[in-house]
Amino acid sequence: MVSPTRMEEYWRKTRNLLITTLILWFIFGYVVHAFAPVLNEITFLGFPLGFYMAAQGSLIAFVLIIFWYAHRQNQIDQEFDVAEE
Amino acid sequence: MQQPRDAFIANLGRIYGTYTGGFIGFVIFLAILEWLGVPDRIIGYLFVFLTLAVYAGIGIISRTTQISEYYVAGRRVPAVYNGMATAADWMSAASFIGMAGSLYLLGYDGLAFVLGWTGGYVLVATLIAPYLRKFGAYTVPDFLAARYGGNFARLIGVVILFTCSLVYLMGQLKGTGVIASRLLDIPVNYGIFVGLVGILVCSMLGGMRAVTWTQVAQYIVLIIAYLIPVIILSAQKTGVPIPQIMYGQVLQQITELEQQYGIAKPHVQPWVNYDVINFFALILCLMVGTASLPHVIMRFFTTPSVREARTSVGWALFFIFLLYFTAPAYAAFAKLEIFQNVIGKSVETLEAVRELPQWIFLYGKIGLVKICGTAAADPQTVFDACQKAGVSTLAFDPAVFSINRDVVVISMPEVAGLPYVIAGLVAAGGLAAALSTADGLLLAMANALSHDIYYKMIDPTASTARRLVVARVLLFVVAALAAYLTITAPAHILKYVAWAFSLAAAGLFPALVLGVLWKNANTTGAIVGMLGGYGLTLFYIIMTNTGAMEPWFGIRNISAAIFGMPVAFILTIVVSKMTAPPPREIQEFVEQLRIPRGPVLMEEARREG
Repeated sequence: MVSPTRMEEYWRKTRNLLITTLILWFIFGYVVHAFAPVLNEITFLGFPLGFYMAAQGSLIAFVLIIFWYAHRQNQIDQEFDVAEE
Repeated sequence: MQQPRDAFIANLGRIYGTYTGGFIGFVIFLAILEWLGVPDRIIGYLFVFLTLAVYAGIGIISRTTQISEYYVAGRRVPAVYNGMATAADWMSAASFIGMAGSLYLLGYDGLAFVLGWTGGYVLVATLIAPYLRKFGAYTVPDFLAARYGGNFARLIGVVILFTCSLVYLMGQLKGTGVIASRLLDIPVNYGIFVGLVGILVCSMLGGMRAVTWTQVAQYIVLIIAYLIPVIILSAQKTGVPIPQIMYGQVLQQITELEQQYGIAKPHVQPWVNYDVINFFALILCLMVGTASLPHVIMRFFTTPSVREARTSVGWALFFIFLLYFTAPAYAAFAKLEIFQNVIGKSVETLEAVRELPQWIFLYGKIGLVKICGTAAADPQTVFDACQKAGVSTLAFDPAVFSINRDVVVISMPEVAGLPYVIAGLVAAGGLAAALSTADGLLLAMANALSHDIYYKMIDPTASTARRLVVARVLLFVVAALAAYLTITAPAHILKYVAWAFSLAAAGLFPALVLGVLWKNANTTGAIVGMLGGYGLTLFYIIMTNTGAMEPWFGIRNISAAIFGMPVAFILTIVVSKMTAPPPREIQEFVEQLRIPRGPVLMEEARREG
């Protein structure tokens, strides 16, 4: 079926996507909130921005990150012809 | 998969659409009954028994005699519906009732729970769900056994699964009991029994299939029940029925009032209740714990494909998000109510005390609101207590005025001046949240016993019929044991539910993730890693909780996995490198795991389709 070199290439792309996704996850899970006291000086939709990011912003980002990841991974699967029929 | 999409799956939209309409109609019908003068208690009974009857009905309709239906709902649950079921499975009584209260008490720092319990799904989507779905596991220990060669890894998996899930299940049973007792006006222990019957009828006949379709129904009830009161309150207070956006203004009002009252810990200011290290350590442990809890992971075994397993995680988080991004609004509205109508009020005369909002006495009667150190059962009690304590004005100080965290959500209908039917609706939502999580936990534990211990380790030749009988008997036994423990255990044991996350994170996560990402992770490495990570976490929790040891770097034991998890990773990697790499078959197994195409890998699931 899939040749070993193609398989390696597939896994390399999959792993890169995984790393990108986890970097985004780390940014919205941790990095943004490390600046909460500074962000709180800014008002967004009536909220202090630091509070908003922890209460809503990051949550929306997580949902989008997962759907984006699922979409990209599916494209990779199709490119290498390993997607389910 | 190969099976034709049956009529039920094809009509899911219509079925649950009708169900949602029916539920709203039912609430309106009860509102009319209330308006006609039917007593509150009857309305409470109708809420409990009708919703329980619907869940039980779904459980009975979904009964099955097939192993794959019983363990993984036949792998035919579409991504969106599995997302809803996962959301119900995930959101417990504590999420529904307790979380807004924690946010009220902790302000910004409480958002660690919101972030931790949502961000974990990114890890589920990228590292766990697609690979375990491809493998075709019935249980999480199934995967450990296949990847790490045998029953010893399986057994450790079962032990970790059990310790994480049992206290968690007890928490849900307690939640069910408390809510049922309030609605039905019966003792809590009878309430636990009512909930237990509901849970067993749902899960016993149909296993995962029944639990899945019941959880979807429960999600619909719980999300309606959570959103309606706060939407009405937002419309009343701000003129716009979108609490999630309007509470930005409320936060500003809170900040102004806090300055006026000179409050030392402002609601929106970070790291006043937890320090920075504990805030981020908690987020990490909750996230990784989410991605390791077996009752969550097993929901993704039920999708028709690997692709749908991935999108299903997105849907699950979306449905969870709907509740979690509303919880801080509850907290803000509650705080504003208390700042405007409670704090600063005089308690010098009995007349002044009578002027306080009525919800205080309603929940003071059951000990959930305390003023001047005494349960605020009635104006006279409050007046006497404050005279004795020498308090003339109510201050924002727990010694003078404190509420139990549950009050924030359950008192909202009274605070907004809504009819009893809405209070009943909120209670029905809390009941749905507790029951759906209990269903999932019970199934995770009972399946580990019937599939992993009985079938895989004791009697691998057992017939299908016999396995299903054993599965059902064990389900009953685990439920009865959990109920017995809930009734007899000391009340404070339930605060230990939070430890489940750290135990799962340190015990299971490294073995699951390295099993997919690193071909050279071997049996010895994984076993040493699991035991080391889990052992260290358990040790840290016990030692710091009993006071036998000072916390390391001031890390609270709720975040114990911050030590256990890295240790498990390091042990697994170092020991795997020191010992022989896994055999060729295992390395091929990992390669197969990584590509979506092809049949599931678990032999047995392949045979049974």
